[in-house]
Amino acid sequence: MDATALLAPLAALVLAPLFLGIINRTKAFFAGRHGQPLFQLYFDLQKLLGKGATYSRTSTWIVRGGPIIGLAALMVVVLLVPLGGLSGLVRFPGDLLLFAYLLSMARFFTVLAALDVGSSFEGMGASREVFFSTLTEPTLMLSLAVLAHQSHSLSLSSALGAVTVTSWLQHGTSLVLVFVALLVVCLAENARIPIDDPNTHLELTMIHEVMVLDHGGPDLAFILYGSALKLWIFASLVVGLVLPVRTGVAFLDLGSMLLGMGLLAIVLGCIESTMARLRLLRVPNLLVGATTLATLALVLAVR
Amino acid sequence: MIFLLFGCGWIVLCGFAALLPLLPSRWSGTIAVVGIVGGSMLGLPSAVSKVLGGTPELASMVWSIPGGTLSVALDALSGFFLVPIYLVCTLAAFYGLEYLRSSPRGNSLGVFWCSYNLLMVSMIVVILAKNGILFLLAWETMALTSFFLVTFENERPEVQAAGWIYLVATHLGTAFLLVLFLFLGEAAGSYDFDRFPPVVQFLPSGGLFLLALVGFGTKAGFVPFHVWLPEAHPAAPSHVSAVMSGLMIKTGIYGLVRIVTLLGPPSTWWGVLLVGLGVSSGILGVLFALAQHDLKRLLAYHSVENIGIILTGLGLGLLGLSLHLPALAALGFAGGLLHVLNHALFKSLLFLSAGAVAHATGTRELDQLGGLAKRMPVTCFFFLIGAAAISGLPPLNGFISEFLIYLGAFSTVTAHSALVALGPALVAVAGLALIGGFAAACFTKAFGIVFLGEPRDPHTPEGHEPGALMLVPMGILALSCVVIGIFPAGLLPAMETVVASFTLQTKDDLSVILQETVEPLLILSLAALLFLSLAGGFVVLRRRLLRRRPVEETVTWDCGYAQPTPRMQYTASSFAQPFVARFAIFLRTRHLGGLPKGFFPRMASLSTKTPDVFRQSLYAPLFLGIEKGLHYLQVLQRGRVQVYVLYIVLALVALLTWTRK
Repeated sequence: MDATALLAPLAALVLAPLFLGIINRTKAFFAGRHGQPLFQLYFDLQKLLGKGATYSRTSTWIVRGGPIIGLAALMVVVLLVPLGGLSGLVRFPGDLLLFAYLLSMARFFTVLAALDVGSSFEGMGASREVFFSTLTEPTLMLSLAVLAHQSHSLSLSSALGAVTVTSWLQHGTSLVLVFVALLVVCLAENARIPIDDPNTHLELTMIHEVMVLDHGGPDLAFILYGSALKLWIFASLVVGLVLPVRTGVAFLDLGSMLLGMGLLAIVLGCIESTMARLRLLRVPNLLVGATTLATLALVLAVR
Repeated sequence: MIFLLFGCGWIVLCGFAALLPLLPSRWSGTIAVVGIVGGSMLGLPSAVSKVLGGTPELASMVWSIPGGTLSVALDALSGFFLVPIYLVCTLAAFYGLEYLRSSPRGNSLGVFWCSYNLLMVSMIVVILAKNGILFLLAWETMALTSFFLVTFENERPEVQAAGWIYLVATHLGTAFLLVLFLFLGEAAGSYDFDRFPPVVQFLPSGGLFLLALVGFGTKAGFVPFHVWLPEAHPAAPSHVSAVMSGLMIKTGIYGLVRIVTLLGPPSTWWGVLLVGLGVSSGILGVLFALAQHDLKRLLAYHSVENIGIILTGLGLGLLGLSLHLPALAALGFAGGLLHVLNHALFKSLLFLSAGAVAHATGTRELDQLGGLAKRMPVTCFFFLIGAAAISGLPPLNGFISEFLIYLGAFSTVTAHSALVALGPALVAVAGLALIGGFAAACFTKAFGIVFLGEPRDPHTPEGHEPGALMLVPMGILALSCVVIGIFPAGLLPAMETVVASFTLQTKDDLSVILQETVEPLLILSLAALLFLSLAGGFVVLRRRLLRRRPVEETVTWDCGYAQPTPRMQYTASSFAQPFVARFAIFLRTRHLGGLPKGFFPRMASLSTKTPDVFRQSLYAPLFLGIEKGLHYLQVLQRGRVQVYVLYIVLALVALLTWTRK
């Protein structure tokens, strides 16, 4: 194994919190504020890791174990995900299934930890989370199927590595549809506007934030770092798809991908600044719409 | 195999011994369990040896019943279905000893245990039978004994109703099998399976396939033949539900696979049909499960879902066989069959732990439960493992079988196969993804509402951990779910033997494909171990971080509201509400009660109920229609003996002239 295989997971582990920082600075720019420092999440993590903890009397080991299981699952996922042309650390035929199912395991335990404290608000968030993620699951799988079809491979690294300028020229329509579908999945899975508002202040309207209300201290640090990783993971899928730079030179690839990630963070910040979040009842329409696009992409690909 | 047959005899003997009059009722269970343990110890080794590649054995002898010989055979496929039967029946029997101890029905325990032992043996004989008549005899014994077990608590009206529905459903299914075997047997002149011809007069092999599909499908319980499952499983004692759901419905799958292998090369539409049925069964099953409030009814609908997943795998396998796509065939069959084993393990685990909950609290209503994680921590842990396994989450066994099915389906995608294979494969992929999402939603609901939060109903008993006789069987099942999930590659040689035993593929073809999956499965093991050690590392890290810091306990955060009560918690209905509202077209959930009215409302209540759509809108009208139609035949029923004698004479004359013709 050559050392370049370490680049993608290392970049994810180190830079994931920065990605959120860029989004927040973009949003602050639009709002005319100076905004928080770019590295705010790092400071937050450090602060939280140094704190004690408070638990609900209702809760059991699930609420303490949920963040740990979630973060462990996401860190395994990080090893599978490529950064454009840079292959993931672990690749094997079928790793895209492990990818999808590890993500759903992380979600499973986040939801259980939310239900553990017996609060109605957290139950509400949990219920919404499982509902929306059920609708994104087929979209993700079908989008990955399109990539698998074009690359003749069942590995994320090979599937994304095979996306080149030529493939964009040949299968542009299908890839555009996959891009839109994956972008919606990325927004939905990471609780971004227009599906969920990470900055909202009303528990009744939250999805992801409300599930972690009763976590604090190191547990919250695990959760925040995990969410940053998850956002990075999905963002790197999207960037790897739209930025077909495959020079083969590791540092050129890395540089262009990181640039792309920065751009995507700014784009996400723009989306969040210029759109209102959807009404909760409308969200399924968007998600099912994304599934339709992914299906269409698949039809175009296999026809 | 002789040991295995002796073992069956021993189980039957002990079953009848449990019936002996004057026997203290608590002994009957012990005697029956002695029989089961002995029989399993005699039978399990030969079943396992066949799965690991032992040569198939055949035993036959002449019997007085016409239509062939009394023949039984043990090959890899039979062995593969026998292993979970021995394992789960034995574990469930031990569980039953304690579960039934507090039963007020001391006197009928003998009948119960006799039926239990007979059910186990009849399942074994169904799997072994090589003769149509023997098969049907065992099939019928299986139906009747399980009927007695379902109606164990027959003083409750809902149990009686469930029993009748089950009895009618299973016999309707058997009727189709009877026709199937008549066609095959008449064409061959013998009811021995080996002599069955792939083609018969009057009926193309597709027709035979459809007969088998309906007949075996009624037992397996896929949509639309599933209506008896959600009635019978909750009515039965929990360890019987475990045996029925984990094992008995799989005899339907076994029968389907066995008959399909006798029918010659499969047509393409068989596979397409199976994938379609499998995916719709999976989606509808889990959707119905989401809307249920009764824990065991919810689990019963999950059997419909999992049979759907198995069927999807088998359908892909058949498709691969008929289109000569070895990867699709091998992985589809291997995944589908492995899911048979996995479902037997995690579903019986779930039924047993649900039984422990019902046993301790006296209710199966989700909304009356809550907070049991504190009072039943071990049961809670086992249920959690079962819940994660059935949702297909790594690193547990449910993920492995779904992984194989996915790999099979994706093999057509990467190979750019023709649309006839690619289409169903993609439907299977999208369907499995959707089913996985729904299942996770349903089991976060079931686990979260039952075990987490605070008790929702002050009238529900506090609950307590069951004794060792109930806990240890659950523990063994949970452990096997984990072991298969972490070390799946060890099962591949067995799957290779089993799949090779009934497909016409040469074994080389198969081994090449399954060899290619060894590497991914090994990496899955590594990933599982890495995940576990990371989680362990974080546990240690968290403990060290919190060591000298304040860790407090306080009230749950409810937006500043200082006195939350257990009644304010989310319920099962509210958790499932988004799904129920979105998929109302399938579920037809009824809402009773509603919004508070007026300016000073006194009380308002809302409850939901989701009856089975197929039962309400398909079978109920159908059977009512048939009943109405049959009323017209009542003119024949005059109530006079002379008229009936006349009918008999007329019928005889008609038959005589017909045969003389």
